[in-house]
Amino acid sequence: MKPFAYTRPAEAADAVAEVAANPDAAYIGGGTNLVDHMKLGIAEPTSLVDVRDLLSHRVEKLPDGRIRVGAAVPNSDLAAHPEIREHYPVLSQALLAGASGQLRNAATTGGNLLQRTRCVYFQNRAMPCNKREPGTGCAAIEGYGRYNAVLGASEHCVATHPSDMAVALTALGAQVRVLGPSGERTIDLPGLHRLPGDTPQRDTILEHGDLITAVDLPRLPLAARSAYRKVRDRASYAFALVSVAAALRVVDGTVEDVRVAFGGLAHAPWRAHRAEEELRGGPATEEAFRDAARAELADAETGPGNAFKVPMAVNTLAATLRDLSTEETS
Amino acid sequence: MEATITLHVDGEKRELTVDTRTTLLDALRDRLGNTSPKKGCDHGQCGSCTVLLEGRRVVSCLTFAVAHDGATVTTAAGLAGEDQLHPVARAFVDHDGFQCGYCTPGQVCSAVGMLEEAGADWPSHVTEDLRAPVTLDDAEIRERMSGNLCRCGAYVNIVAAIREASR
Repeated sequence: MKPFAYTRPAEAADAVAEVAANPDAAYIGGGTNLVDHMKLGIAEPTSLVDVRDLLSHRVEKLPDGRIRVGAAVPNSDLAAHPEIREHYPVLSQALLAGASGQLRNAATTGGNLLQRTRCVYFQNRAMPCNKREPGTGCAAIEGYGRYNAVLGASEHCVATHPSDMAVALTALGAQVRVLGPSGERTIDLPGLHRLPGDTPQRDTILEHGDLITAVDLPRLPLAARSAYRKVRDRASYAFALVSVAAALRVVDGTVEDVRVAFGGLAHAPWRAHRAEEELRGGPATEEAFRDAARAELADAETGPGNAFKVPMAVNTLAATLRDLSTEETS
Repeated sequence: MEATITLHVDGEKRELTVDTRTTLLDALRDRLGNTSPKKGCDHGQCGSCTVLLEGRRVVSCLTFAVAHDGATVTTAAGLAGEDQLHPVARAFVDHDGFQCGYCTPGQVCSAVGMLEEAGADWPSHVTEDLRAPVTLDDAEIRERMSGNLCRCGAYVNIVAAIREASR
């Protein structure tokens, strides 16, 4: 590991100024992803700016009914928060489906959003990877493809985004609050994460120096009936092959409102607008759920390693919506 | 680059100067001679380095010591009383919750932290009703302990030990 300076500024503005001034500086929060990457030699910051203490650790209700989650709120605290369990179960479930108890205690809300792909080639310095080292090629396209993207990939990168939490936040349409060198701004999800295109080294639209300070959850009564369903190779402590975050309201057998996002399919959490449009106003039947999922997956491109993801995504969305619609009538 | 920090480890105040690259795990083992937390994978995947940091279970391999100046750290060694084992460690002995023992200090720290979390009614991935009080059945124990691997495969007895300790 390369030597690095470590600072812990008291104010967010100071942290931003410090990172913005040094292209090789990085923020560190819980460190569960970054420290690992530093050990692997795939991140080599010369300066770490610790923002864990200066960012908010609170989950607070805003006067307009939204919920503001401080960027330093640990994943475990957010999952267990009574307000989240009651009004945004999809978010609690997504968080609890990720990592292990120890990691959730350390990992932060902001850091979870910015965690990087678990593509095995990205994590191995001996292999070419356009995300880690632009221009070297993509070893995953012809290699071990089980975790490769099926939607929105490019000839340069087929990595998937690993976060469960971000999939739930994408379905909810959360807003990410960012403090950058030129001030504050908000980014509506799914606008934070990007598709790889010609620049797979960039996971998000954030610029160097940008610091996530909070995530705002919209007031969304629909979310009270929501769920996260994750399919993986082990029963626990594994990344998603496919996951679904969904919220559903059915009235008299008709889908009145619905939100859907997929994980495990793309370089970014995938908000399923097409499926939502198909579903809205239609019958809440297994057949309709499957048709909507198929419509969303219509442009999927697969290889031998990941072709299973298309039927798996259809089945997973259908099962999630079936469970939510059954709860509705019971 | 170096920094001088203070850690309160197992009830003892320790001051040390560390290279910023030193993980909490390496600081405990190599600098303070506390070999209770073990280095297994060193990538946060196996849980054998689990300690209680400010009372919460974390993997000590994925955090730098310099980030924890002034913190309280409890290792499995520090859980024991003067001449008796911590009830969770006792239950591991009573139920043969280990074979080689390498993962055990991490398992014990993780179980202690986990019991606290369940006691606060934190739900888990297998909790049916997110709003109901937690009942620690075997499925709950297994899910909540999934961050601790045991290559000897003593899981059946680990679950039994934790089930007893939870009562």
